[in-house]
Amino acid sequence: MTIQWTHYQAPGMFDELIESGLPRPAAEALCRHFESLADEELDEQREAVEMAIRAMGITFTVYSQEEGSIDRAWPFDIIPRIIELKEWRQIEAGLVQRVKALNMFIDDLYHEQRIVKDGVFPGDLLKDSKNFRPECIGIDPPHRVWAHICGSDLVRDRDGTVYVLEDNLRVPSGVSYMLENREVMKRVLPEMFEDYSILPVDDYPTRLYATLAALSPRPVDFPEVVVLTPGIYNSAYFEHSYLAQQMGAELVEGSDLFVDDEDIVYMRTIGGPQRVDVIYRRIDDLFLDPEAFHPDSMLGVPGLLRAWRAGNVALANAPGAGVADDKVVYAYVPDAIRYYLNEEPILPNVPTYRCLYAEEREYVLEHLAELVVKPANESGGYGMLIGPQAGAAEIEQFRQLITADPRNYIAQPMLGLSTVPTLVGHDAKPRHVDLRPFILSGPSAYVTMGGLTRVALVEGSTVVNSSQGGGSKDTWIIDLEEEG
Amino acid sequence: MLSRVAQNIYWLARYLERAENTARLIIVSTHLQLDLPKAVRPGWTPLIAITGGDELYQNHYRGYSEADVVRFLINDERNPASILNSLKYARENARTMRDFLPRDGWELLNETYRRARSDAYQGIMQRSRYAYLSQLIQSIQALTGLFSGTMTHDAGYACLRIGRNLERADMTTRIIDVRSGSQLPDGTEWEPYEGVQWISVLRSMGAYQMFRRQTQQAVGWSSVLKFLFKDRQFPRAFAFCLSELAYELQALPNSEEQVAQAEELLERISQLDPEQLDPNGLHQLVDDLQLDLGLLHQAISQRYFTYQ
Repeated sequence: MTIQWTHYQAPGMFDELIESGLPRPAAEALCRHFESLADEELDEQREAVEMAIRAMGITFTVYSQEEGSIDRAWPFDIIPRIIELKEWRQIEAGLVQRVKALNMFIDDLYHEQRIVKDGVFPGDLLKDSKNFRPECIGIDPPHRVWAHICGSDLVRDRDGTVYVLEDNLRVPSGVSYMLENREVMKRVLPEMFEDYSILPVDDYPTRLYATLAALSPRPVDFPEVVVLTPGIYNSAYFEHSYLAQQMGAELVEGSDLFVDDEDIVYMRTIGGPQRVDVIYRRIDDLFLDPEAFHPDSMLGVPGLLRAWRAGNVALANAPGAGVADDKVVYAYVPDAIRYYLNEEPILPNVPTYRCLYAEEREYVLEHLAELVVKPANESGGYGMLIGPQAGAAEIEQFRQLITADPRNYIAQPMLGLSTVPTLVGHDAKPRHVDLRPFILSGPSAYVTMGGLTRVALVEGSTVVNSSQGGGSKDTWIIDLEEEG
Repeated sequence: MLSRVAQNIYWLARYLERAENTARLIIVSTHLQLDLPKAVRPGWTPLIAITGGDELYQNHYRGYSEADVVRFLINDERNPASILNSLKYARENARTMRDFLPRDGWELLNETYRRARSDAYQGIMQRSRYAYLSQLIQSIQALTGLFSGTMTHDAGYACLRIGRNLERADMTTRIIDVRSGSQLPDGTEWEPYEGVQWISVLRSMGAYQMFRRQTQQAVGWSSVLKFLFKDRQFPRAFAFCLSELAYELQALPNSEEQVAQAEELLERISQLDPEQLDPNGLHQLVDDLQLDLGLLHQAISQRYFTYQ
């Protein structure tokens, strides 16, 4: 049995590659390739992918209670997701606009709070925000940018509209998988890269380095940029190490750094202490500095916040940037765009009910079985209620959770996430996907060409997180106009 | 360069070298058993003593059967010096500094560990043992080549070579020690076997051919010991390892004391006259040298790896 696209159906969903049994224009050559493969050839390609991933050592770490932390090979599907360049340019512009406003919003919250005074954003929300850091009030980071690296999750609904589902402004991860997925594809499907104009993704590390180096407090030609990791047991350790490697930056752990009496940060080297200028930190705020936050943090560096406040070291992202990726704050982002930029948002938010407000809460409590409920500050898909798929007991549990702590919850309609054909046995089946592009902000902005497409490998599932049975695909931005 | 990374890369090299040389030790012992008449075969006991695992071994095994000893040295998880554990630790060290190693090196190390683990039974069965171990030695040699050919030869690479040469010097003394522990009884009927034993030792280190080219002397006690201890051109000879070590130490900042320590050890070896050694004296010498290498390791650790 070979793949027959005329039999491929994604009922009621928007499929990224196939429309009514026919490949979309940008997917034509790709689909022809896959339907030309016999079962054995499909198996061969699958094996080639597995071998490449194993040989490249692409892993992610999962924590399980039985086994502790274990490395798993990265689950990857060989059929890529394709977006036409023309559409992508729109999305790109929307992301740049959004992140610009987010950075202005964060900077405002830690300074005059004009947006609160002008009644656009309720200041009460800050009081019990888990990610608002009073320690950051009054600090002026370089370029007034707080979130230098942002990963925003996009989804496409049944009618083809692309929505922003959430913004990750703390330590967004996944970009290394985006880069590695492309490497895998180039190894196993080189002929496709000859046929198509697939826009390259691999300048990200260079851009990231430039963004970081521009933050250096010392005017030196080669600032010392380091990547700060919690260590090899962190689920994203692979990425930390990968990015350090690609940037030629030192990968440091908290114990490699220290802050002296003059609030200067050094790393311990074989030649003695060496000054550090910029820290791309992949540790959450609260673990960064035991002097300022969790006193028992073993991961952080005592005095780091002192050094940052004194302007002797740059931290990316800046502490406190997470205040804007709170899922309740999310609901106000379109207003923030209008407020700071005086522009209409290019990319829409998913309609969001804020349980904080009695009226919206009532609606949510009445419609729990239809909605997706999310806690404000959890990531990785944990602690969510997917109403249409939940049992009565689970719904009841969330009713109590929301009533007890309404501020901590938002709810959204269940979107029909778009699908992409995904190899299942010897056939292609529709599986739901999202997309996480990465946006760099500094003196100028940069958006990755596409991003990380995550796919829910389980039939019907919309949970794309790798910790919960998700996988990923390469994402091709294709310039059709150039092909002609 | 970060102290932590320097330490990891040093240990990466040591563990890889240890795995390779343990494989070599097993090969030489297997051959010795085959080459000697039953009555005088040394058995497998000395091998455990040489790798320093006596107590641990006795806690878990009864007797020194070939299968048990080889299993203990190849894939017993309880033995921290087993080949599989050495590879595992090497891999763990590499994992914490993937940004530092050439990517191909990490891939090959991964693959070497994976294969060594899944095929371990081949190393335990006598028939496939040689193939398994020599494949392993080749993979580690390939890694050495990969590091040499694709890594910047900076302080990190110096640490790699320091670790490798220190471990190699140590393991060379251990391999020589196999020989001191398998002395034949007096009597002319055993004489032909004397040469056979030395040839086995040389072969295990890939040194037979090089020995021949270098010395043009009969294979025997003093010529082989002289070669393995004192030669400055054969890369597994003790003196060669030490002079490499001293040379690489000079690439690191503030290494005067450590260099002096290595050179002192070299000087002692150059004064050595193997003809004056009897088997007991040889065993004693090996012990002393291992102790000195331990002190050199301490001095290097304190200077470069300790955080404060």
